[in-house]
Amino acid sequence: MSEITVKDIIKPENLVYQKSKLLTEKPFHYCPGCGHGTIHRLIAEVIEELGIDEDTIGVAPVGCAVMAYDYFDVDFQEAAHGRAPALATGIKRVWPNKIVFTYQGDGDLAAIGTCETIHTCNRGENITMIFVNNGIYGMTGGQMAPTTLEGMKTATTPYGRKATLPQGAGFEGMPNNGYPLRITELVAQLPGTKYVTRQAVYSPAMVRKAKQAIKKAFENQLHGKSGVNFVEIVSNCNSNWKMSPVDANKWLVENMLPFYPLGDIKVDGELVKK
Amino acid sequence: MGELKLMKGNEALAEAAIRYGCDAYFGYPITPQSEVIEYLSEQNPYERTGMVVLQAESELAAINMVYAAGAAGKRVMTSSSSPGVSLKQEGITYIAGAEIPCLYADVVRGGPGLGTIQPSQADYFQACKGGGHGDYKNIVLAPASVQEMADFVALGFDLAFKYRMACCILSDGAIGQMMEKVVLADQRPRMTDEEIKEKYPWATTGRKRGTPHRIITSLDLDSNRMEAHNRHLQEKYRQVEANEVRFEEINCEDAEYVFVAYGSSARIAQKSVQLGREEGLKVGLLRPITLYPYPTKAIQALIDNGVKGFLSVELSCGQMIEDVRLAVNGRVKAEHFGRVGGIIHTPEEVLEAMKKQIIGE
Amino acid sequence: MASFKGAILVDTERCKGCGVCVVNCPCGVIGLAKEVNGKGYNYAYMEEPDKCIGCASCGVVCPDGVISVYKVKL
Repeated sequence: MSEITVKDIIKPENLVYQKSKLLTEKPFHYCPGCGHGTIHRLIAEVIEELGIDEDTIGVAPVGCAVMAYDYFDVDFQEAAHGRAPALATGIKRVWPNKIVFTYQGDGDLAAIGTCETIHTCNRGENITMIFVNNGIYGMTGGQMAPTTLEGMKTATTPYGRKATLPQGAGFEGMPNNGYPLRITELVAQLPGTKYVTRQAVYSPAMVRKAKQAIKKAFENQLHGKSGVNFVEIVSNCNSNWKMSPVDANKWLVENMLPFYPLGDIKVDGELVKK
Repeated sequence: MGELKLMKGNEALAEAAIRYGCDAYFGYPITPQSEVIEYLSEQNPYERTGMVVLQAESELAAINMVYAAGAAGKRVMTSSSSPGVSLKQEGITYIAGAEIPCLYADVVRGGPGLGTIQPSQADYFQACKGGGHGDYKNIVLAPASVQEMADFVALGFDLAFKYRMACCILSDGAIGQMMEKVVLADQRPRMTDEEIKEKYPWATTGRKRGTPHRIITSLDLDSNRMEAHNRHLQEKYRQVEANEVRFEEINCEDAEYVFVAYGSSARIAQKSVQLGREEGLKVGLLRPITLYPYPTKAIQALIDNGVKGFLSVELSCGQMIEDVRLAVNGRVKAEHFGRVGGIIHTPEEVLEAMKKQIIGE
Repeated sequence: MASFKGAILVDTERCKGCGVCVVNCPCGVIGLAKEVNGKGYNYAYMEEPDKCIGCASCGVVCPDGVISVYKVKL
């Protein structure tokens, strides 16, 4: 038995894991180690497992994932910056039996698209929203995001994000960069959201949990009539955080997660008691 | 057939949309066009035909809902007035880039800024010259009556789907608010989902396994492909210019001097023609019905026919006059007369302007 | 108790050498190659193939989906 070789194992009948067939052959343009790729994979796996690829219409954001439409083998629409929830509303209202999801980053969903996010959630559209929070603007080169942590250095907060002006020149205490926005907790307060959760993809265990959450967010839409299913995924941006992919994941656990704690916030329309 | 009714222009537009078989209206209230969404909400079109009516959180959201539902093959429209249409320009340029058919009505009020809620034609440039960023055009229809507010819904949707582009009904506060009799078309059925899938293979309605997925986007970072896409759009606009010019001529057969006016200005200029003719002046009216594509050749034909001068009558400080002058190309006199700020010119002052600025002593 | 033996197949040309699989492999199977692929990345490979149990941890964390996992029961 110990004679078994790698060649003997790598046979179609022994396959236990491979990337979803619902991802196109196009290689991701994302940086090495970027969570976007992992999250794309999970969404594709869920759509494939639920067998809903002929009825799914995705909406891509502006940001690093602007060309997400190239990677999923399902119909896709590209939105203007922040407008993905409005697009999803438009599609779902005229094709109520289709499965519609948005894929948005923190700048798209929580800054320029805040209005669309809040009102789409508050109307209770029967859609799925995937929100990737890496605390920074990736595509434009690492500027401050609404979710940038206090003290975090970005291209537009080179001395660290400061909610109020620091000491000096006599203006201390006056408004400056403002506070990091926990928009996921905010939308959970709205009666129009059904399922609100925060997940991560930095480790195999987290990836498996995140997949279950994404699956629930699609299943709810499939079997429900109203209510936004909102999945935040705390992710990395090693390029703009200026770290190796492995260090970025470590930094995420130590710095992002204390402010953005993981877990379900609202399930079946009820806030989860902590 | 049809049904005779007395209605406001805005209401006629809304009723015509239901009867045409429009699938969805996404809007946001703004004076002087709020009657459109109010009428639609009151009529409960979801029960009448299955038409969706949604009051969005903003004009931005509304136009982006139009983008998406149009990109999914449905007949979708919105309406607004000047400041709201400025907000919608973001969506409209994406609609142009992604080649999405849709209809939007602009019931123009005075600007700039919040301006006034009174009638105006000061958004001619915005409607006819693109409006947002990038090289693009929208088909622009200019109704001059409540009847045309209704009729142009069908025409606008037909043109929008023929060319896969946005079509604008450029109205104004006067046409939108005034009541006239209107003959409404009979109810048409909405297209079925199956018909849409068959007729519009480009639409994102969920791809069939084994067929390529559809992508609706205005983005392409490859310069060669993006240049080709822009050339394709321009080729489409040349087709529109060749095929879709619409205009009306009144008393132009023997005219020596011609008013050029659209919308509510055309109604007034028509009276000015009558007053002028009573005085023995050989005046006529050219009323562009499509503002883009513009009836350039009609103006040139009038010059060939002996017209010695044109007066562009507008509720603006002079916008359409630029297209009149481009058509005239210096061959005869072409001047502008307009009132603004919500004041509508009288037929007498329009005729007076023709005498002073064009005919001379 | 049944034991398993696994193996991974890395699409080396698409691997970006981020190393996330390396630190998440519970058995220390994976390393980054000294050689680089066409894009200049030190791609992942089975450094210690005998230790692989086919748990698929590497596959599920790989951001680029370049790892296929195979497993047999011994």
